[in-house]
Amino acid sequence: MMNQIVQGILLGGYYALIACGLSFMFSVMRIINLAHGSLAVLSAFALWLLASRFHISPFLGLAIVLPLMAVIGWALQRFLLERSARGGALLPILTTFGLAIVIDNVLFEQFGADTRSLAPFIGSLSYDSWEWPGSIYVGKLAVIIFVTAVVLLGGLQLFLTRTGLGRSIRATSEDPDTAGLVGVDARRANALAAAIAMVTVGLAGAFLGMRATFDPYAGATQLLFAFEAAVIGGAGSLWGTLVGGIVLALAQTLGAKVHPQGFLIGGHVAFLIVLFIRLYTSGLGLRGLLRFSTGKVS
Amino acid sequence: MSAASPVIERGTAASRIAGFGVAIIILLLALAPQFLSAGAVDRMTALFIYVILAAMWNALAGFGGLVSVGQQVFFGLGAYFAIRLANAGLNPFVSLFVSAVIVGAVSWPISLFMLRLRNGEFAIGMWVIAALTHLLVNLDRLIQGETGTSLISLNVYDASTRRLTIYWLALASMTALLAVLFGLLRGSTGAAIRAIRDNEDAAASIGVRVTGTKRLLFVLAAFGIGVAGALWLATAITFQPKTYFSVQWTAYMIFMVLVGGIGTFEGAILGALLFFLIETWFGGTGVWYLIGLGATALVFSLLLPRGLWGTLEERFGWRLLSVGYRVRLPVNASDTTGGTASPAQVTTSREKA
Repeated sequence: MMNQIVQGILLGGYYALIACGLSFMFSVMRIINLAHGSLAVLSAFALWLLASRFHISPFLGLAIVLPLMAVIGWALQRFLLERSARGGALLPILTTFGLAIVIDNVLFEQFGADTRSLAPFIGSLSYDSWEWPGSIYVGKLAVIIFVTAVVLLGGLQLFLTRTGLGRSIRATSEDPDTAGLVGVDARRANALAAAIAMVTVGLAGAFLGMRATFDPYAGATQLLFAFEAAVIGGAGSLWGTLVGGIVLALAQTLGAKVHPQGFLIGGHVAFLIVLFIRLYTSGLGLRGLLRFSTGKVS
Repeated sequence: MSAASPVIERGTAASRIAGFGVAIIILLLALAPQFLSAGAVDRMTALFIYVILAAMWNALAGFGGLVSVGQQVFFGLGAYFAIRLANAGLNPFVSLFVSAVIVGAVSWPISLFMLRLRNGEFAIGMWVIAALTHLLVNLDRLIQGETGTSLISLNVYDASTRRLTIYWLALASMTALLAVLFGLLRGSTGAAIRAIRDNEDAAASIGVRVTGTKRLLFVLAAFGIGVAGALWLATAITFQPKTYFSVQWTAYMIFMVLVGGIGTFEGAILGALLFFLIETWFGGTGVWYLIGLGATALVFSLLLPRGLWGTLEERFGWRLLSVGYRVRLPVNASDTTGGTASPAQVTTSREKA
């Protein structure tokens, strides 16, 4: 039991990683990117291509893929989201949904229906583990993912509160017009935020590929995980996302214990319960569930 | 200009002719199976189902401002309940409609808390509901997980009776649902619906019951999509949860409504027709067809967010199935105030429910 809890917490790190980009983008631009999961899978496929075709280790491949994801994020904001956001709150949903369909099916066209994994390319790391007291075995990869998530969330928090660029993003997220009055370029801040969000998505995609398998249509599931973790984590800070990821993972672990097919059900049910509680204990429905305050004004 | 009082009209000459035309088209469609091959009858049945899907998604998104990417939940449930009811001994054709009523009833409690979510959160929230429902249906022993089952009791009817009955049922369902939606939009609720579509906060501030109206649309859309799912089951016979609960159905709905014209009654029908033609011509190209659909939806949402019908309507002041009122300022000899606007422009710019 203890063993499963530890595994669940570590898995929560992965969910936090994939969720933080989603809630970050929502906080800054008020847009939920429905292509979020598909872009993570795209990153996993890019790493797979580099590893299988050019024998570049996935960790080294990140040096190529992450900058590429940043460019994708920047272009996404400049050419799609910015334009569609002008047409109201509903259009970005449709735009990003269309994008998700295109990405999924282009991946299917290129790579076929086979499930892939990056595990064969990272040597023994995929199955190496440490033994903790109480004969608990924790996978090295799971720990690496969890630590990465913590470092990334902490780094993002520091970036937002301590740097000029971070402060300009926060100002834009609070009030783009006023931010513009004091000389913040909102377009630049938004594009930068999108680029950062896509880097986290790229990283999440890499870990998805290393710890599990993926196929061209895996994006939808990842989007749902990200959304659930972000909502469970709730409005607070980026750290809430980590808590949300852990709760989601523990609920899935519990679900799997109750019924062999209960893994996903457990996660969805936990999400709905938290949603229900949050909707009825506060008027959050109007402000937006995903929105975290990006830190106190310093 | 002050002397001439504006005329308020409900329709135009074109819309009265269109209303007459619709009646004739439906009559012709009802007689069509006499002249069509078996394959063509099946295709036409599919078209009717597409029209239902497009009209219902449009009612929800175009008029209620609720973009859902989880509407496949009602499509799947419509088929699932029909299987369950038929298995319990109910006549398969009757169970199609009882099933849709149950879907409508199920959607009501879902609406109670999903409608508290806004925009993107509602969209993905519905997707979670669809994913969860899919998993729960898989647990049913009758369905045997992803293996699925069939609507076996339909086999007592011979193939041609079955084909014709389903054709007429689909045609009747489509006509009835469109008529209900049309009546709803034209009546007093319609004014509230369009007020919400145009500006939700402003509508609420002048006393429009926003949530109640949205709930009505949500339940109607669930019921209609439930009918579509049950009819699809009747044509396909086999029920595999993966096919029915696929997000692809919502993708089709979005494509049809975006291309046809979101928020216009005629647009959804036009979109369904176009989708039907595209599927007939390009459906065989498999994955490229899907890429094309996604890309088209993307391009329309970026460049032509009002869709084909919405754009035409705006440009030419067309109204065929008019659901609103229009104020026509008479252009007469006394109009020397430099009224350069043509009647069409005036009416379109004044067109408000």
